[in-house]
Amino acid sequence: MDPIISIKQLSKTYDSGFQALKNVDLEIRRGEIFALLGPNGAGKTTLISIVCGIVNPSAGQVDADGHDILRDFRAARSSIGLVPQEISTDAFETVWATVTFSRGLFGKPANPAYVEKVLRDLSLWDKRKDKIIALSGGMKRRVMIAKALSHEPKILFLDEPTAGVDVELRRDMWEMVHALRESGVTIILTTHYIEEAEQMADRIGVINHGEIVLVENKHALMEKLGKKELRLQLSEPLQALPEGLRDQSLALAADGHELVYSFDARHGQGDIAGLLRRLAKLGIEFKDLRTRESSLEEIFVSLVHEPQSQPRPEEEV
Amino acid sequence: MNFHAIRAIYLFEMARTWRTLMQSIASPVISTSLYFVVFGSAIGSRMVEINGISYGAFIIPGLIMLMLLNESISNASFGIYMPKFSGTIYEVLSAPISYVEIVLGYVGAAASKSVVLGLLILATSRLFVEFHIAHPLWMVGFLVLTAVTFSLFGFIIGVWADGFEKLQIIPMMIVTPLTFLGGTFYSVDMLPPAWQTVTLFNPVVYLISGFRWSFYGIADVSIGISLGMTVLFMLLCLSTVWWIFKTGYRLKS
Repeated sequence: MDPIISIKQLSKTYDSGFQALKNVDLEIRRGEIFALLGPNGAGKTTLISIVCGIVNPSAGQVDADGHDILRDFRAARSSIGLVPQEISTDAFETVWATVTFSRGLFGKPANPAYVEKVLRDLSLWDKRKDKIIALSGGMKRRVMIAKALSHEPKILFLDEPTAGVDVELRRDMWEMVHALRESGVTIILTTHYIEEAEQMADRIGVINHGEIVLVENKHALMEKLGKKELRLQLSEPLQALPEGLRDQSLALAADGHELVYSFDARHGQGDIAGLLRRLAKLGIEFKDLRTRESSLEEIFVSLVHEPQSQPRPEEEV
Repeated sequence: MNFHAIRAIYLFEMARTWRTLMQSIASPVISTSLYFVVFGSAIGSRMVEINGISYGAFIIPGLIMLMLLNESISNASFGIYMPKFSGTIYEVLSAPISYVEIVLGYVGAAASKSVVLGLLILATSRLFVEFHIAHPLWMVGFLVLTAVTFSLFGFIIGVWADGFEKLQIIPMMIVTPLTFLGGTFYSVDMLPPAWQTVTLFNPVVYLISGFRWSFYGIADVSIGISLGMTVLFMLLCLSTVWWIFKTGYRLKS
């Protein structure tokens, strides 16, 4: 299937000389939810802004829904909706007026029935006559989403959609995003919340210093996420693993003072009880134990700070 | 052409006018009416006629032009500056809309408001002063041309401004003085010869002169030059707007 967004060798250098994007290649699949993770200043918003037409690229090519964003900007932009990071609205307009304005701006004829549906879906219908300035922060963010959806886009960019919103609204948004995907909308979201990416995304991309560090299926990442380690501090160090413990999942560490057992907890492969029985049978005693597991957040942090290094496990106990 | 987008911007801007009726319409009408009361009726009744026209009637074209220039600049600059200030400009920049369409929406709305105001002030002035319009079509033509030209100028100021102070600087420090010194309250030939020459470097002289000609058939400079200078200024503004969008100056990184 053709990607709905194709980014090739995209670079952006601002007038200040800051290079925000460096030869980025990325493809977004039609109908997926793609989470773009990265620290502040990594280039997430610049990338989104270029695709949406807000920032000029320095080099490279971007196609949205098969249309070059520069040569065929009308068709490309018509297919895109954007919810920016900052809540930017016309404070003195009513919800209805601002959503209707957005629809017109994107070249769509008035369609009160569709606007009503969007507002109802986002629980904004009762607020339609209210001025935006009178709405709560969460409601304002919903208005931003309603504006982005007003022209029936095929692609929706959500730049930090749940930043600063309460847990309940965040859950509502997750549900809304899933519902949008069910209706055929491709969603690209940036977030700082790893949980959010885990919860929503089909694929996850990590960007750092203007470069795409990783793009991977979420489930593949979850495989990494599922790796756990049990570390046993042995009472007496071992020179080598005894016959009964020669197993791919077991290894010695800390000059033989630690026995490390690696297993995939998500697939029920861990057999700690069995290991302890084997140790007792061999007369190997331990004075302490701890388990550690790698998380998506750790994978993310390790990619961002030490791109070449392997993810470090997280201490749990 | 994305007519829906032009219409959306135009109606959005016009809606702001109706929402702020006192500030947008009533305030300039009242302040211009005060000029008519003071200079037209009170002081004007004691002044001699200029080229056979009562002083009160003589200043009408200049006063309308004074309001027209300020309102055109103010409406257009505020119209484009506010989305920049509030951050909603992202929506305009990401919409499938060309630069020409953006300008048509914002400048069209600003010019429309100014023309409506100009006609309102013209009607109001009739309450204070007797006057006639010798060339009504030319009068409307000058009104529209000036409103569009200075709305373009206001659009440029709105893009350039990075604070509310800058929105006011050019109208207050340049446009208003030029209008006052451009023959609003006097005929250029009433000045000493040296100052007459200096005055000809003031572009507003040509606007007021042409507009006054459409009322009374008298002008400080020929109608052709007035029209030419107005069109020239409009072309300058159009070129600047074209450059702004080509380079993304203060709109796009």
